[in-house]
Amino acid sequence: MPDGIYFTAEHELLRDQIRRFIAEEVLPFADAWENDGMVPRATLRKMGAIGLFGVRYPEAYGGSDMDTRATVVLAEELGRSTYSGFAITALVHTDMASIHIFNAGSDKQRKRYMPGIISGDLITAVAVTEPDAGSDVKSIRTTARFEENNFVLNGAKMFITNGVHADLYCVAAKTLSQEEGSNNVTMFLIEKGAPGFTVSRALDKHGWRCSDTAELVFEDCVVPADSVLGEVGQGFYAIMRNFQNERIVLGAMAMGEAQAALDLTLDYVRTRKAFGAPLWEKQAIRQRLAMLSAKVEAGRQLVYATSVRDAAGEEVVKEVSMVKAYCGELVNEVMYDCLQFHGGMGYMRECPIERMTRDARIQAIGGGATEVMLEEVAKRI
Amino acid sequence: MKVLVPIKRVIDANVKVRVKADESGVELTNVKMAMNPFCEIAVEEAVRLKEAGTASEVIVVSAGIAQSQETLRTGLAMGADRAILIQTDVPLEPLAVAKLLKAVADKEEPGLLLLGKQAIDGDNNQTAQMISALLGWSQATFASKVAIDGDKLNVTREVDGGLENINLNMPAVVSVDLRLNEPRYASLPNIMKAKKKPLESLTPEDLGVDVTPRVETVKVCEPPARKAGVKVASVAELVDKLKNEAKVI
Ligand SMILES: Cc1cc2nc3c(=O)[nH]c(=O)nc-3n(C[C@H](O)[C@H](O)[C@H](O)COP(=O)(O)OP(=O)(O)OC[C@H]3O[C@@H](n4cnc5c(N)ncnc54)[C@H](O)[C@@H]3O)c2cc1C
Ligand SMILES: Cc1cc2nc3c(=O)[nH]c(=O)nc-3n(C[C@H](O)[C@H](O)[C@H](O)COP(=O)(O)OP(=O)(O)OC[C@H]3O[C@@H](n4cnc5c(N)ncnc54)[C@H](O)[C@@H]3O)c2cc1C
Repeated sequence: MPDGIYFTAEHELLRDQIRRFIAEEVLPFADAWENDGMVPRATLRKMGAIGLFGVRYPEAYGGSDMDTRATVVLAEELGRSTYSGFAITALVHTDMASIHIFNAGSDKQRKRYMPGIISGDLITAVAVTEPDAGSDVKSIRTTARFEENNFVLNGAKMFITNGVHADLYCVAAKTLSQEEGSNNVTMFLIEKGAPGFTVSRALDKHGWRCSDTAELVFEDCVVPADSVLGEVGQGFYAIMRNFQNERIVLGAMAMGEAQAALDLTLDYVRTRKAFGAPLWEKQAIRQRLAMLSAKVEAGRQLVYATSVRDAAGEEVVKEVSMVKAYCGELVNEVMYDCLQFHGGMGYMRECPIERMTRDARIQAIGGGATEVMLEEVAKRI
Repeated sequence: MKVLVPIKRVIDANVKVRVKADESGVELTNVKMAMNPFCEIAVEEAVRLKEAGTASEVIVVSAGIAQSQETLRTGLAMGADRAILIQTDVPLEPLAVAKLLKAVADKEEPGLLLLGKQAIDGDNNQTAQMISALLGWSQATFASKVAIDGDKLNVTREVDGGLENINLNMPAVVSVDLRLNEPRYASLPNIMKAKKKPLESLTPEDLGVDVTPRVETVKVCEPPARKAGVKVASVAELVDKLKNEAKVI
């Protein structure tokens, strides 16, 4: 339905195309992907072919030059698919990893990589987190030593989405090991197969099962000096800037997940009978679902409004942090109740709510944990 | 050769249609609308003819309320070159639509009119046949295959007994069936490009067509709910029930 305050006819048409893609190209296959632990590249290429990987990028590279609102439509609809492992595979590529290349990359780097990124021939990952440094980005320990026109990387990266199957990795490392702080983090663009770079293991996860997540190791990994993304020492600021987009995306995705769960549960309680009538006849149930619907509507409106302000160039760090904290927690609250109202069935693997509940858990941790987000909000209120 | 593709805005096929409380029609407020699925097939076929070099231009045309523009934009995003909106708030009957489309065809002089065999709202299945009569052009309905050979058209039709192959002279009117093709996605770059394609707006008066309805709708109501079936033990019992209970044989 056109929501004239935030969206145009083009956004609605985009929504329609994504829904159709999910019905035809995702839902019939995604259970198998959950078992395989990955989304097939052929599916990602199909998404590229209909323009879903170039939403924000210029036409010259094959993109559509749209703004944050279109990104929100993409993230929300992928979240609605009920397979968030699939959604995150695409969204890390479009909105968390490749944006490092687009925002900071040189003309040469962009020309070389952006067309493949947009078509889905090149899949990207972003590697910031380490075994000993997650929320505290400044404390990463991976180093990059400058040696004869090359950088030599040493260290390990943890929980990297698309880590097993990506082609291009945007990797954070410290360039000046003697000095602690934020201005010695640098982003590097590293291709799969660079000498000394290995995917040490694929990780076995609680949810997001069809998203591949890896630990990466850099052991005297030598990359040419022009692998730097942006300027040496500016990586921390690039990460913080790109986090803003990532967090709106995760918020939109979470609200898509929550709405899908509510829709499934509304269907279920309207047909499931107990004590002589559908569960829907119990006020205890329908009032809880009514309140959750109101909260999800509020979360969604916060995401939409923040995306409009972000698109207009406003500084919305406080609101983006609110989005991440609020939506990341809310989706878990919704899943808990939706599983509850499915009764014993909700606990069964064959029931989508069971998977969706596992998938939702990470929304309160990844891309800025709730506690860390609330600190960002607290600084600004 | 120009191809003219009439398309209609209908309730989205995935929506559960509900009757309005006052029984004056079906509920349209806050209901998701979309291009009629058979029209999508017609647009796809026309765009393929253009891609194959057989058609020079694909024009989508829709008659209806202002929001039909959205449906035309979808057609443009699928690859049509330009669009014509015949804007009116009057509910349109098939004959009125056929007259409007005849007027557009007289103006545009297409070699082929490709349209859906029916719209999933009224399921009338009349417009194509009526335009063909009004224009005096040959027609092929329910096409599952369309091939152009010079100024001849070879069409495979889906008929009750199977498939029928017919040859027509052009210009012609072809109504398309479900199995003709699978419509493409409107890619995001094409959705954005569609914004810049021309969309001409006309009224029935501009075309000199009187669209006043000839049929009055007295009441719209839900079909009676289907009752549970019964199992019969033998053919004899079935025949007996059909004869004596249902009284149909
Ligand atoms: C499935 C998955 C995919 C991921 N994908 C990627 C990826 O592609 N790329 C990437 O770089 N990273 C990725 N991550 C890492 C993710 O971003 C981190 O897990 C997240 O930032 C939290 O860091 P941590 O795990 O080290 O937890 P920690 O930082 O150790 O936090 C542990 C707990 O302490 C709390 N806490 C931390 N600091 C504070 C504070 N100051 N005040 C109060 N509480 C605090 C946190 O909220 C959390 O509850 C992924 C993680 C997972 C699980
Ligand atoms: C792993 C597992 C093991 C089990 N083992 C056994 C076993 O060994 N033997 C056995 O007999 N059963 C077993 N069960 C079944 C279990 O006891 C039921 O799942 C449980 O009683 C709930 O019933 P239900 O699943 O039919 O949910 P429903 O009764 O359909 O309830 C669905 C939801 O509606 C709510 N609800 C129901 N009635 C009302 C009401 N009047 N007012 C408000 N809310 C209401 C419920 O609280 C729940 O949230 C098992 C279930 C599981 C998942």
